[in-house]
Amino acid sequence: MILYILCFILFLIGLYGVVSKRNLIKIIIGIAIMEYSINLFFIMIGYVEGGTAPIITKGFEQAKFVDPLPQAMILTSIVIGLATTALLLAVAIRLYKKYGTFDINDIKDLKG
Amino acid sequence: MKGMTIIVKKITQIICPVIFMFGLYIIIHGHLTPGGGFAGGVIMAGAFILQILANGNILSGLRKEEHNLEFMESAAILGFLIIAGLGLLISGSFVFFSNFLNKGELGNLISAGIIPIENIVVGAEVCAAVATIFIALVVYKDEEKK
Amino acid sequence: MNSLIPLFVIIPLGCAFMMSILGRVIKNFNKIITPIFMLSLVWLTFHFIINSEGSLNYRVGGFEAVNGVPIAIYMVMDGLTKLVLLIISLVGFLAIFYSLSYTTQYTAESKFYVLFSLMIAGMNGIVISGDIFNIFVFLEIAAISSYALVAFGVEKHQLEASFKYQVLGGIASLVILLTIGLIYWNTGTLNIADISRQLLNNSSVGIDVFIKFISVLLIAGFGLKAAIFPFHSWLPDAHSSAPSPISAMLSGVLIKAVGIYIIIRLFFNMIPLSYELSMTITVLGTVSMIVGVLLAIGQWDFKRLLAYHSISQMGYVIIGVGIGMLIITKGGDIKIAALSIGGGLFHMLNHSIFKGLLFLNAGAIEYRTNTRNLKKLGGLSSKMPITSGSSFVASMAISGIPPFNGFFSKVIIIIAAVQAGYIWIAFFAVLVSVITLASFTKILKYVFFGELHTKYEKIKEVPFSMSFSMILLSILCLALSLLVIPEVRTIFLKPAVDVLINSAQYSINILGI
Repeated sequence: MILYILCFILFLIGLYGVVSKRNLIKIIIGIAIMEYSINLFFIMIGYVEGGTAPIITKGFEQAKFVDPLPQAMILTSIVIGLATTALLLAVAIRLYKKYGTFDINDIKDLKG
Repeated sequence: MKGMTIIVKKITQIICPVIFMFGLYIIIHGHLTPGGGFAGGVIMAGAFILQILANGNILSGLRKEEHNLEFMESAAILGFLIIAGLGLLISGSFVFFSNFLNKGELGNLISAGIIPIENIVVGAEVCAAVATIFIALVVYKDEEKK
Repeated sequence: MNSLIPLFVIIPLGCAFMMSILGRVIKNFNKIITPIFMLSLVWLTFHFIINSEGSLNYRVGGFEAVNGVPIAIYMVMDGLTKLVLLIISLVGFLAIFYSLSYTTQYTAESKFYVLFSLMIAGMNGIVISGDIFNIFVFLEIAAISSYALVAFGVEKHQLEASFKYQVLGGIASLVILLTIGLIYWNTGTLNIADISRQLLNNSSVGIDVFIKFISVLLIAGFGLKAAIFPFHSWLPDAHSSAPSPISAMLSGVLIKAVGIYIIIRLFFNMIPLSYELSMTITVLGTVSMIVGVLLAIGQWDFKRLLAYHSISQMGYVIIGVGIGMLIITKGGDIKIAALSIGGGLFHMLNHSIFKGLLFLNAGAIEYRTNTRNLKKLGGLSSKMPITSGSSFVASMAISGIPPFNGFFSKVIIIIAAVQAGYIWIAFFAVLVSVITLASFTKILKYVFFGELHTKYEKIKEVPFSMSFSMILLSILCLALSLLVIPEVRTIFLKPAVDVLINSAQYSINILGI
């Protein structure tokens, strides 16, 4: 049970990073930390006591396996996270070239 | 971005083919061991990224490389859709993405229907996509001064 | 008939990657093939609306259910799906036709159509999917394409708006993924019908707390995508800085297909309703309706004003649906609930048409005069007759003036609110409608009537493809008011309302028990 609470604390650490840091790159790292914590949470859901990796090999067809469905969901989620981070970084690089700074307090063209 | 010293360049020349082959092994054995299309594709892209990091930013060669990678990525996804759509025509019922090839014996390399073919196609796509992302972030196209 | 359902996802996805390869070899290939495949999607949607009854489902891969437990990925096409698919394909086709001559100002023109097709594929995938993780994957496809499209012409304000949109949208997607994990942990399955059966039959201790927890997380996650009141802060920046056909798609289709549709589907068909939840949703809808208009009064930027009005009109839809939920949970008259939900869904359809038309008008004005500031424009009605005529039609529709379509949907929601006994909600709805009328009269006065500036002497009307879309949308604004006639209503609106009122029928259709 303590593991799930630690996972949630990692999510909150990432959220703290997004909310209170001023540098654009630190905000992106905060989002990445939140994403890793969700992936960890999913893998912990699918754990079965004493189970092995869920692949059927010859001679071991009847062993106890951990749940394979969260593992498939996590593979998809990791790839989605890759795409999200890549697009955030590309926009951040272009913002640096246009505004000359990474500080979000200076990037304030749109108001009101 | 400048290149690195001569020792690093020689060692990457020796190691990059081995990394590429390892990625290919993970893709092809995707239905027997952990891994599959995504993980193997990222390892294959790692070989490309290592070459770029060691040799620096040779701009003209990389731009041509980027066109080829974009073609490869789109062709791989179209291949995936065509193989999945063939299931519509070949199998008896009209289901999309059905497993219509021979399903072989457990544990052989050629078994489990269309899954190894889909793994190879997905691996090619992920390799092309990750390498395109890296090249796009490294080769910055200067459009401000037109 | 069943096996045509995946075509809604295969056609845009295949065309997007074909355009990526062939767009560099054959000149203008993208511009020719995108309207053709959007037109084929419109035809396919009408084919399903006219020719099929009830709900169809389709299993990807053909795996049959084992011992009554569904193990395949299901794709479901029922009344609500057909309504939202109609919105996506109609507004999508007209926006693409408009952008054939709008995107000539960008350098990377061919990539625009690839990203647009991916966004359409994602949105179609959300509405036809029958299991929650599939909804998440297609949600991410549509959202990431829209982040890239908002930043398309890389100017300063577009990049800043896109970054804000991405950070907030990314946090919302992660909250949604957390909720999917919690649901899987409790029920062991990902199929919407199976989850609803398990949550209904589960009588263990603490299930009420669990349902409240996931409901709050779902409202937070999808509410941010739908721009409901506390989560609306990304919408004015993103919708005003995007290129105009993308603004029309974002404000007219995306916040409905990835926001309101999923909230309606999950809260009626998956989670057992309770009184506090329905009251929360209705209160959030009312507050967002009021806050949207009040913030829109002081704006002088044309597209920012339209974006704030989007927030308030979405409040109308949520009020319609929320009153239906309240009546169902209190066990009141089902007819009033059906009237209220029907009004909400009708307003969703209307809003996409007239808000899309308004954003296309703003784009036409910006294309010719290069400014969006209301104080600098004036007297354009003599130079741009089609733009000013369609803008007049859309303003009358959004304010609720008969005989345009906005009047009928607002009247249905207000009558249902009065009949259900919520007098305050009806009062606020009428008040907001009056303030909306004032706001749009201000736009018409400043932009179209009045003195013509000397530097705008030489502007002409917009090119043919842009004016064709605007004329067609204005005709639809008038034609959709025919939907209150009972014969037409039974084709479009009644199946959608039936799916939501008989909420247990959804799982019976899929599980076959």
